[in-house]
Amino acid sequence: MDLYEHQARELLHDNGVLVPRAEVVDTAEAARAAAERLGGRVVIKAQVKTGGRGKAGGVKLADDPAAAELTARRILGMDIKGHTVHRVMVAEPVEVAREMYLGFTLDRAAGRFLAIASAEGGMEIEEVAARRPEAVARIAVDPAEGVTEAKAAEIAVAGGLPRETTETIRRLWTVLTAHDALLVEVNPLVVTRSGAIVALDGKVTLDDNARFRQPSQPSWDAADDRARDPLETRAAAAGLGYVKLDGQVGVIGNGAGLVMSTLDVVAGCGARPADFLDIGGGASAQVMADGLGLVLDDPDVRSVLVNVFGGITACDAVADGIVRALDTVTLTKPLVVRLDGNNAARGRAILGQLAHPLVHQADTMDGAAARAAELAVSAASAAADTSAASSDTSAA
Amino acid sequence: MAIFLTKDSKVIVQGMTGAEGMKHTRRMLAAGTDVVGGVNPRKAGTRVDIDGRTVPVFGSVREAMDTTGADVSVLFVPPPHAKAAVTEAADARIPLAVVITEGIPVHDAVAFQAYARARATRVIGPNCPGLISPGQSNAGIIPADITKPGRIGLVSKSGTLTYQLMYELRGIGFSTCVGIGGDPVIGTTHIDALAAFEDDPDTDLIVMIGEIGGDAEERAARYIADRVTKPVVGYIAGFTAPEGRTMGHAGAIVSGSSGTAAAKKAALEAAGVSVGATPTETAGLVLALLAETPGNPA
Repeated sequence: MDLYEHQARELLHDNGVLVPRAEVVDTAEAARAAAERLGGRVVIKAQVKTGGRGKAGGVKLADDPAAAELTARRILGMDIKGHTVHRVMVAEPVEVAREMYLGFTLDRAAGRFLAIASAEGGMEIEEVAARRPEAVARIAVDPAEGVTEAKAAEIAVAGGLPRETTETIRRLWTVLTAHDALLVEVNPLVVTRSGAIVALDGKVTLDDNARFRQPSQPSWDAADDRARDPLETRAAAAGLGYVKLDGQVGVIGNGAGLVMSTLDVVAGCGARPADFLDIGGGASAQVMADGLGLVLDDPDVRSVLVNVFGGITACDAVADGIVRALDTVTLTKPLVVRLDGNNAARGRAILGQLAHPLVHQADTMDGAAARAAELAVSAASAAADTSAASSDTSAA
Repeated sequence: MAIFLTKDSKVIVQGMTGAEGMKHTRRMLAAGTDVVGGVNPRKAGTRVDIDGRTVPVFGSVREAMDTTGADVSVLFVPPPHAKAAVTEAADARIPLAVVITEGIPVHDAVAFQAYARARATRVIGPNCPGLISPGQSNAGIIPADITKPGRIGLVSKSGTLTYQLMYELRGIGFSTCVGIGGDPVIGTTHIDALAAFEDDPDTDLIVMIGEIGGDAEERAARYIADRVTKPVVGYIAGFTAPEGRTMGHAGAIVSGSSGTAAAKKAALEAAGVSVGATPTETAGLVLALLAETPGNPA
C-alpha cells in the first residue's frame, strides 16, 4: 500500500528524521488557518498517490494566509492523472542549500533491499539514472547485517552525500524494517541554509502481507475510499481479489495468472475486460456467488466470463456458487462458463440442469472468451440501437 | 531423470498436521510421493494415519532428516511462522525447501532466502504451487492427474496457468513442472529452472510461463540466448493489466514501462523463443516444434 506524503512524513518524523512543520487540511479555509499557524508563507501540496504533482500544478508557494486559501481552493478538487485531490498539505517553506536523493527499495532480482543515493535530488531518480547513471549509487544491504554505521557511511560516500547524512540514512533503514516498508524514498533530501538535513518530500510503500504484525499501519481512510471505485471497496470488504477495469466483459477466474491470461484472451477477441476477479485456489460456492453478484452489479458489464481450471478448486463448487448467486440475482446479462479440471464433469452437469437461457457453457478457454466477447459487443450495439431509437422518439 | 524432484526424493511436510497440510499430504501420497514424515514440535513422536499409510511426526527437520533420510521439505506453515520454518530447514541443510505459503511479508522472504542460499538449501517459492515430476513425485499442491510423464519441462510463476498448460499438453506429458511462485522475492528463478532443464537428459523442450512485473523474464531471455540449446516456448500473461495496479500476485504490478508483458514478449522473441498469444496457442507452438523434431512421437 502506498502512503500519502503526509502519512510518510509522519512515519519519518516518528523515527527521528527532520521534516518541515506541516498540517493536512481538506478545505481552503483550513489551509488559511494552517498558514497563519505556520508563519504565513507556506507551500501547498496536493495529497495524491501519484508522481508529477509539481508539473500538474499541484504544488504551489503561497506568500501569505490569504494566498494560501486561494491556492488551496484551486488545488483541492484538482484531477492529477485520474486522482482527485481531497486534501492538501500546508507546509513551512525550507531554505534549501542543496538537494539530494536517498531511498531504499527492493531489488527483486537479487532478493535484497538496495540503498539508492544521489547528489542530484529534486527530479525523478529514473531520469537522473537514465541520463547520468554514474550519478546514482546503488548499494545492496545484507539483510542479516542491516545498515550499520559503516554501511551508512559507504552509502553516503557512494552517492556523493555529505557525511552528516549517515544518521538520516540509518533512520530511513529503521523506517523500512520496523514498519515492513517495501519502499522508503526521500526526494529531495535537503541540506538547509542552516546546515540541517531535512526530508522535504517522502514516499513510502508498506507491505500488505505484513499487516498482521503492523496493527498501527494507516488503514484505508475515507479519502482513499473516495479515490477507489465503489465496486473495489465492496470487493475489498468481501475479501475478493478484484480490480475494476474499463471494458464490458466481466471476468472471473481462479488464480491470478489464469485471470490475467483470461483478460488478455478477451482483449484478443476484440472486446475489453471490465474487471479482474480472482476467486483464488480452493474457492467455495459462497466466494463464487459473492464474486458473480459483484460483477453483475457493475453497470459497465455486458457479458460475464467465468473461466475456471480446477486444480484445488472444485468445479462443482463453482457451479453451485453460480446457481446460488442466481437465486438472489435476476440474470439479465449473458454468462459464459468454462469449467475444466477438478470435478469439471459434475460442475458442467449442474449448470446443464440449471438450463438457464442466459447461461452458456464453453469447452475451451479461447472459445469461452470469444463467445463472451461476441455477446458483449452485440449487447453494446443493441443498447446503442435502443438509445438511438429512444432519442428518435423524443425528437419526434 | 526430471529436475529437482525424482522418484527417489524423500519428502517431509512442515505444517503437515494443519488442515491444508493434511489435505495436501494425502494428495501427495496418492500421487506416489514418498512422504516420510511431518514436522511439528508439539506433536513430535505421534503418528498420523493417512489412507492406510502411517506417517510419523518429528519434532524438528533435523530429526526427520536423520531418521528418514529426507531431502525435500514442503512447507504449509502460516505466514507469521514461515521465516522460522525455512530457517530451521536451512539449518538442517535440507537440499530443497518448497514453500507453498501465500502472504509472507517481503522482509521475511528477503531474510530467509539469503539465509537458505548461504546454506545451500534450494528454496522454491514462496506463494507457489510446488513442483511435480509426473509419475515420480509431487511436492506441493499441483493436481497429479492433469497430465502424464513425458519430455516437456515447464516453469511458471502462476499455478493455474501451469495447470492449464499441463492440461493442454496432457497428450505429450512432462518431465517436471515447477511453479516458482508469484511473489516479488522468490528462491528458484526461471533461470535456475531453465539451467536444470537444459542439463536434464529427459527434457526435450521447455515451456516458460511469465507474467507482468519485475524483469525476471527479460533476464531469462538473455540466459536463453546465451546458454540454452533446447527449444523454448514462452507465454506471458498480463498484456491488458493497467499500470500501477497489483493483479492478484503481489509481484504482478507494472510500473511505468518496466515489467510490461509487451517488453517481456519482445525480449523472449529476440532470444529466439516462440511466444504464444494464448495458453492454447502456446500449446500449439509446442506441438508444432515437437512435430519438427525427427523421431518424436508428437
